[in-house]
Amino acid sequence: MSARLSRGGRLIDRSVPLTFRFDGRPMTGLAGDTLAASLLANDRMLVGRSFKYHRPRGILASGAEEPNALVGLGQGPRFEPNQRTTTTETFDGLSAISQNRWPGLEHDLGAVSGCLSRFLPAGFYYKMFLWPRPFWKHVYEPLIRRSAGLGKAPQEADADRYEQAYAFADVVIAGGGIAGLTAALAAGRAGRRVILLEQTAHWGGRAPVDGDPIEGMPADTWVKNAVQTLEGMANVTLRLRTTVSGLYDHGYALACERVADHSPGDGRPRHRLWRIRAGKLIAATGAIERPLSFAGNDIPGVMLASAMRDYVVNWAVSPGARTVVVTNNDDAYRTALVLADAGLVVAAVIDARPAATGDLPAQARARGIRVLEGRGIARVRGGRRVSGVAICAQEGEGAVLEEIACDAVAMSGGWSPVVHLWSHCGGKLIWDAAGAMFRPDAARPPTGDAGQPIAATAGAASGLLDTAAVLADAHAAAGGEGPAPQASCPTEAPMLPVWIMPQGAGPALKSKMWLDYQNDVKVSDVQLAAREGYESVEHTKRYTTLGMATDQGKTSNINGIAVLSQTLHQEIPVTGTTTFRPPYTPISLGSIAAEARGEIFQPLRRTPMHDWHEAEGACWEPVGQWRRPWCYRRGAETVQEAVNREVINTRSNVGLLDASTLGKILVKGADAGRFLDMLYTGTMSTLPVGKCRYGLMCNDNGFVIDDGVVVRLSGDSWLCHTTTGGADRIHAHMEDWLQCEWWDWKVHTANLTEQFAQVAIVGPKARRLLETLGGMDVSREALPFMAFAEGTPGGFRARVFRISFSGELSYEVAVPASEGLAFWRACVAAGAEFGAMPYGTEALHVMRAEKGFIMIGDETDGTVIPQDLNLGWAISGKKPDYLGKRAQQRSHMASPERWKLVGLETLDGSVLPDGALAVAEGVNANGQRRTQGRVTSSYYSPVLKKGIAMGLVLKGPQRMGEVLDFPVEGGRIVQARVVDQVFYDRDGEKQNA
Amino acid sequence: MLILTCPHCGIRAEETELAPGGEAHLKRRGPGHSDAAFEDYMFARKNPRGVHFERWRHAHGCGKWFLAARCTATLEVFGTYPARTSGPPPDILAAIRARRPGWEAGE
Amino acid sequence: MPDAVSALEGRSYRGFATVTEAGLTGMVSLRGDLASVDLAAALLAATGCAVPGLRRRVEAGAWAACWMSPDEVLLVGPHAAAPGVAAQLAGALAGQHALAVDVSDARASFRVAGPKAAEVLMKLSPVDFASFGPDEVRRTRLGQIAATLWTSGAEDYTVLCFRSVAAYGFGVLQSAARPGSELFPGRG
Repeated sequence: MSARLSRGGRLIDRSVPLTFRFDGRPMTGLAGDTLAASLLANDRMLVGRSFKYHRPRGILASGAEEPNALVGLGQGPRFEPNQRTTTTETFDGLSAISQNRWPGLEHDLGAVSGCLSRFLPAGFYYKMFLWPRPFWKHVYEPLIRRSAGLGKAPQEADADRYEQAYAFADVVIAGGGIAGLTAALAAGRAGRRVILLEQTAHWGGRAPVDGDPIEGMPADTWVKNAVQTLEGMANVTLRLRTTVSGLYDHGYALACERVADHSPGDGRPRHRLWRIRAGKLIAATGAIERPLSFAGNDIPGVMLASAMRDYVVNWAVSPGARTVVVTNNDDAYRTALVLADAGLVVAAVIDARPAATGDLPAQARARGIRVLEGRGIARVRGGRRVSGVAICAQEGEGAVLEEIACDAVAMSGGWSPVVHLWSHCGGKLIWDAAGAMFRPDAARPPTGDAGQPIAATAGAASGLLDTAAVLADAHAAAGGEGPAPQASCPTEAPMLPVWIMPQGAGPALKSKMWLDYQNDVKVSDVQLAAREGYESVEHTKRYTTLGMATDQGKTSNINGIAVLSQTLHQEIPVTGTTTFRPPYTPISLGSIAAEARGEIFQPLRRTPMHDWHEAEGACWEPVGQWRRPWCYRRGAETVQEAVNREVINTRSNVGLLDASTLGKILVKGADAGRFLDMLYTGTMSTLPVGKCRYGLMCNDNGFVIDDGVVVRLSGDSWLCHTTTGGADRIHAHMEDWLQCEWWDWKVHTANLTEQFAQVAIVGPKARRLLETLGGMDVSREALPFMAFAEGTPGGFRARVFRISFSGELSYEVAVPASEGLAFWRACVAAGAEFGAMPYGTEALHVMRAEKGFIMIGDETDGTVIPQDLNLGWAISGKKPDYLGKRAQQRSHMASPERWKLVGLETLDGSVLPDGALAVAEGVNANGQRRTQGRVTSSYYSPVLKKGIAMGLVLKGPQRMGEVLDFPVEGGRIVQARVVDQVFYDRDGEKQNA
Repeated sequence: MLILTCPHCGIRAEETELAPGGEAHLKRRGPGHSDAAFEDYMFARKNPRGVHFERWRHAHGCGKWFLAARCTATLEVFGTYPARTSGPPPDILAAIRARRPGWEAGE
Repeated sequence: MPDAVSALEGRSYRGFATVTEAGLTGMVSLRGDLASVDLAAALLAATGCAVPGLRRRVEAGAWAACWMSPDEVLLVGPHAAAPGVAAQLAGALAGQHALAVDVSDARASFRVAGPKAAEVLMKLSPVDFASFGPDEVRRTRLGQIAATLWTSGAEDYTVLCFRSVAAYGFGVLQSAARPGSELFPGRG
């Protein structure tokens, strides 16, 4: 059994007990515990079930590499699945549930599939679900969906806040162990700007557990002093609970700070994602111990040797009362010694090497610990907990020499440097045969914007496992002056690479040797993949799912690669590694979204009159990031009724439209006319001062990108109106051509869109409204159609444009944005006696469609040229050039076979669905029904009391009167006649009034 | 995430402050040019592994367009320069050759 | 004179730093050749300001001139005086390749104040505030929108954004200034 020891525990505070719940059961932990430590202290070794076979799973590790001990943490709006108990700090009131089990952790019905595991080999899904094909949709997919995913998704909105922050440093050091601290001291003393980040809540890493003295003092003391020194340096920032999750291009590092995971609801943000620009990143990220592959190595109670001594030394927790240590190296003897020091029984050390000759085995023997050389574990006994091990010769095939009873197994297969941060941005690795590890190749680092190295590694991350060497390497990595901190450490004998235990194990044993604990990938699966031709490590990974779980193969990858290499009879470096990709450990989606939720999910653009619209019950239409009133419902009106009322009122009285969102770009300069002539298809240089002209803009590929009214303000300045969505884009388009192509032309632009609020006063009584406001002559003579004047209607400084997008008598009045709301209110007040009502964008659309005016984004979609829209009149034939002219001369553009704009009138008066296609006879090359047109705009016209539409139809204008078939939902066909697109006031008498 | 120094305002801008604009030094082909020349201008783009010239706009900044000479494989930046030029200036070419001996303009 | 209002009418929030919409602010955009003697003379006459150097801000009485781009200066001063300054500049530079236009209402202006004001901005803008000069103007990104920043004292930042996104700008500043979310709770 596992239990809390009566003394020791360097990280715990025995005076602060904590109460928490696991699967509903109350348990007690101590301040300083990780959840894993608390669970072990409560004799809770079985904490979850594996993904595929629902095998019982215990705690394997003590840190971020943990593949097994994942739980659902928190409740309700703070629930989160797949949290590692080994990195979760226990706090009072914590609540965790085990995962992937039903009905309960102890008795899981899904575990039945464990008995059938030989029917679920690598590639099972690919093989099984291939046939019969019709089964896919109704049988296999629902089946897979039901069993897919580890843990449960949260059901409620996250109660916590998250944020991001930017930081800049000469040196970012990932890892606050002795290597990181040494590097920080060196860089800090050299005056560099240093950020030192440690993923756990404690400085010092493994060194205080492993116990080698540094500079003549206990490691703990040295660490404390180092931290104190660093805290005194103004150029050094230290941060705990912060994991550097990735290194990206040009020294960009992401680090996730778990600000309040251990104190939920205290008002602080839960996570903070640091976006750091680092001159150099030093990965002092240590190394991860590897499991050994022996049969039953996944049974709860089998643990990494280093983790076991962490639990004893850091948290005074004994994972077992009687432990067998199995190893291929000297380091694991430290665990045997720590256990013995704690008064626990070490039944034996099983050493796969023919002889154990180092200082540490000697110390173990001196303590009376039995050491078996050249031995391995044939299989682990036990089901939900280890009950013993069967010993065999490592060189043999697994014949049992001896049974040893025990309740825990500490294993060590050697160490893998944590090279993730080095590798993320292209740092290369070399295979170190002596250490049986991939370590960074210092000669091939990831490089930055000047081609300089942007990462280095320090200490164990460089592949150095000896304390003195770790300190020297870290000191050098940070460019330290003078001697590195010194350490004394025992001499360790070389390790022996052991990839399978015993070496000659047959299929029965290999099918019980786990590589990837979380995804249930075994030695036999990798070998099967190799036999089936998966020779690339990347393919094998995906075929077997090795290393694809939430732990991303931290404990399994190297073992898997070694097994694959052996099976393929090739050296490990030939096989290579899979690609290391960020994040190193999962980061919360919340920290990625940060502040972007709720009201500030994205910028919403509001006009100066926004609040007035809202108070008047506007329904909103998103147009780009703008919110425009769609219509204003009154009382019990439906949206359609409101739109109809707004259209009829505008056409019979007067309507007010907030047109502030229209783009307004000032173009001024000696070459402004010439510039606009290039930009628009029409001619703007000849526009008289005080006049307005409709303009159409194409890109140089010939397609329509925007339209709007251009106003000549003065001899050298024009005001270009753009669409609501087009203002920023068109301003950028103008600047692009001015800066990059015609840079010697004398033209300035200014985007004045937001400087002005604009109100469209529309309808037969529009002029009377303005006359009521007073202050300016708006008569037909003073201000005819397509003219503009400056004035002070109602006392407001204004530009008044006599332009119309509705076909009615219409004035658009621009006033400074700060006065927009006041002007709008003045219009509403002055219009009261004329029945003035505000109208929204839907009424605007209906009225422009009744007039046959195009709308960018409806009639155009990036493939439409002006000629398709019968807008030849807006194209100057005389100009030698404009943007798009050459493109429009291409044969396909000039083809008579193009789809062109027409009006469409349904025979039954109904409204055609937007986007409906007109079908033609026959099928195309893909066997699909041929089409000959599509609906681009379609509305109910309350004035004409029927559906009206516009569409692009093959040779449309030549087919007036023809009836086309539009299949609609439900298999019905709606017939519509090709007609002129102008449905209302064809002669323009109203707008010219 | 890239950093490019805006040659107009001197800011070492990160990618989120910039807007990309595709290949640099294209020659506009308007009316009077053949279909082939127009096609080349409008559609044919280099996609080199190695030295590449690109357009960038300091969008969340001074708003100016600039050009960057960059290695598409290593992301090394050889230099940035104002867009008001029809070809890479000599100092940029020299910087590229210093880092990529044997590289020839027009590759 | 009609009722003129700024985008958020002086909204304010007190977190670990104070965020305040600064109300109506006069702004004039001046584009032209910043090296030109005529432009410098016109600017001096209209505002008392010299032409600012690269990314700098110069103050003279009620007006400040902010370098925005190699051919643009933003003049910041009293709201009511802006149309006059724009007109005066336009008049003085008539016939030259220059543009002066009143843009007072195109933007909103915020002040972020307090000893930890920089920590608010560090969450939203990819700017190294440790090396941010006292007379520096920085155009950058504030969350998802364009912004212009400068300091008006050691603990006082001014932030400009476009008027239509003022509520978003205020919202992200407010969110970043929430008590308990200090980036360096131990310091200062």
